[in-house]
Amino acid sequence: MEPIRQVEGRAIPFGRKNVDTDVIIPAHWLKTISRDGLGKGAFEAVRKEPGNVFADPTWAGAPILIAGDNFGCGSSREHAAWALLDMGVTCVIAPSFSDIFASNAFKNGVLTVALPQEAIDRLMEVAQTDPIHVDLEAQTVTTPFQDRFEFPIDPFRKHCLLNGLDEVGLTLARADTISEYESKATAQLPFLAHATA
Amino acid sequence: MTQTPRTLYEKIWDAHVVETQPDGTCLIYIDRHLVHEVTSPQAFEGLRVAARKVRRPDLTLAVPDHNLPTTARLDAAGNELPIADKESAQQLAALRVNAPEFGIRYIDATDKEQGIVHVVGPEQGFSLPGATIVCGDSHTACHGGIGALAFGIGTTEVEHVLATQTLLLKQSKTLEVRVEGKLGKFVTPKDVILHVIGVIGTAGGTGHVIEYRGNVFEEMSIEGRLTVCNMSIEGGARAGLIAPDDKTFEYLKGRPYAPKGADWEKAVGWWQSLATDPGAKFDKSVFIRAEDIEPTVTWGTSPEDTVAIGGVVPAPESFADASKQQAASVSLDYMGLAAGTPMTQIAIENVFIGSCTNSRIEDIRAAAEVLKGRKKADNVKWAIVVPGSGLVKAQAEAEGLDKIITEAGLEWREPGCSACLAMNPDKVPPGERCASTSNRNFTGRQGPGARTHLMSPAMAAAAAVTGRLTDVRELIGN
Repeated sequence: MEPIRQVEGRAIPFGRKNVDTDVIIPAHWLKTISRDGLGKGAFEAVRKEPGNVFADPTWAGAPILIAGDNFGCGSSREHAAWALLDMGVTCVIAPSFSDIFASNAFKNGVLTVALPQEAIDRLMEVAQTDPIHVDLEAQTVTTPFQDRFEFPIDPFRKHCLLNGLDEVGLTLARADTISEYESKATAQLPFLAHATA
Repeated sequence: MTQTPRTLYEKIWDAHVVETQPDGTCLIYIDRHLVHEVTSPQAFEGLRVAARKVRRPDLTLAVPDHNLPTTARLDAAGNELPIADKESAQQLAALRVNAPEFGIRYIDATDKEQGIVHVVGPEQGFSLPGATIVCGDSHTACHGGIGALAFGIGTTEVEHVLATQTLLLKQSKTLEVRVEGKLGKFVTPKDVILHVIGVIGTAGGTGHVIEYRGNVFEEMSIEGRLTVCNMSIEGGARAGLIAPDDKTFEYLKGRPYAPKGADWEKAVGWWQSLATDPGAKFDKSVFIRAEDIEPTVTWGTSPEDTVAIGGVVPAPESFADASKQQAASVSLDYMGLAAGTPMTQIAIENVFIGSCTNSRIEDIRAAAEVLKGRKKADNVKWAIVVPGSGLVKAQAEAEGLDKIITEAGLEWREPGCSACLAMNPDKVPPGERCASTSNRNFTGRQGPGARTHLMSPAMAAAAAVTGRLTDVRELIGN
């Protein structure tokens, strides 16, 4: 996973609320067995709307996406995070995110920044003409007009994102602790300890 | 010494903590992992690249469902028919290779036990009360219906569970949804959950695990509870659960992977101790009177866009918040509906009865009860009933339900996810409307431009008969 420290550049002023993962990447794009190439299918239906921000060359390749409340609701498809990455988006700013999407984004090095609606409104305005700067270390979003918004982030997630850490590798290092749990659980809850074998 | 009263969720959580990190993140042990073909190929690939094994193949079960066509899978000679869509075929083939390669029990598309993962898990006794269950699918919340802590995960998490049998999680908040009173006739579990989502909204449960409580859920069948918990994610909650009780134990006893003998006795003892303690605190509580729930349908493109069947399409300006007004206006445009139209005047061209929400035997029976001796309306061009598994299909056929369905002019299909999501040949054409028992009415969910109205199996069957959204109570009376 690529470490992430700063994200700077144009921000796509999408702004829509309750953007579900079917909107981010429709199901017919999920037939791939690879993680790459999904950017072509990202926001497929929105791209057909007249005057949409995704088809506008102003924001082509922009690394930041600004959206409304409850971004990424719906399906658990990680393809949503892969599609964003493939279109070049490494940071999404919204008032709130669905739990599963936020987790998938984190595991793929996409930074999710939750800010109050007033801040979103201001950033939507700035994004029309100017770039936005996101600093993960300082936990701030700033604009060329002296706007400065601080955002919260889970310390563990921050650490992993800053260092590009692979969670599977981190947990595999705890294999002995997992084995201890398994022996204890097998004794206490034997009926959960075996299923198909 | 008295222990602090705990909720059902907290008891299951506590029993599965492998380790707690200083910031409160917990390494949680996963008891059961269901795998399907869509969200697993990249996870298996990740294991292969890193030369990692599956830690507990014996706690893992793989079954294909999303991509499978629901038409015949074998020809007259018993040979497997090819799958026309090359990408679907490739994804299905990947699971067929990956599962045995990593030592995982695999149910094939042509096996009688095949079905939608969330139907297969409880049906096989693989899903158990008090267990932590995951699957790369957000409707995993479904298994909460038997009292499991079950939730959907992304592909990297699938890989994490395959490799370590654990997940790194923060404990969720708890949301109590209490429904009490007496449900009206033909007010089904689907109506209950659609009503609940209408009340709490699609983000109402974000960050929370829901526990459904009250006499309505206690009196509900296990299959009804699975329907309710299934749609917890539509209310923003990653998981939803209902305390296991005697009905749960009776449902599970004797199923292939359910505990046997002394293990069974021990299991029941523990399961009985899981119910929320008197005095346990929830972070949030919502109370709903059963009498306020009518047969419910959706009018828009979000599962929270619900209305009683006797109601009308709402006007965007009737919503308080400006962004919801705008969303409603976009939804109505997409749905091709005018504010003020009575719901029962909305004509439909397609009917889909199936999905992990409503494809179990009770759902098929409910649809058949309405369809018996009736015919599909002429304006309904496409109407399919898709059982959730091969075993549901066999049971329905043993009861003669398939005959009732086909005599009414609906098609009786092979098990799979079907028209719930546009990943296999079952799709709703652009601009056409579908009465659907699935769980999501998102833009394009059933196919590009498709217009979905969510409802119960009885209501979808009634719509098939009249060719418009219909109050099933008018059709079959009280």
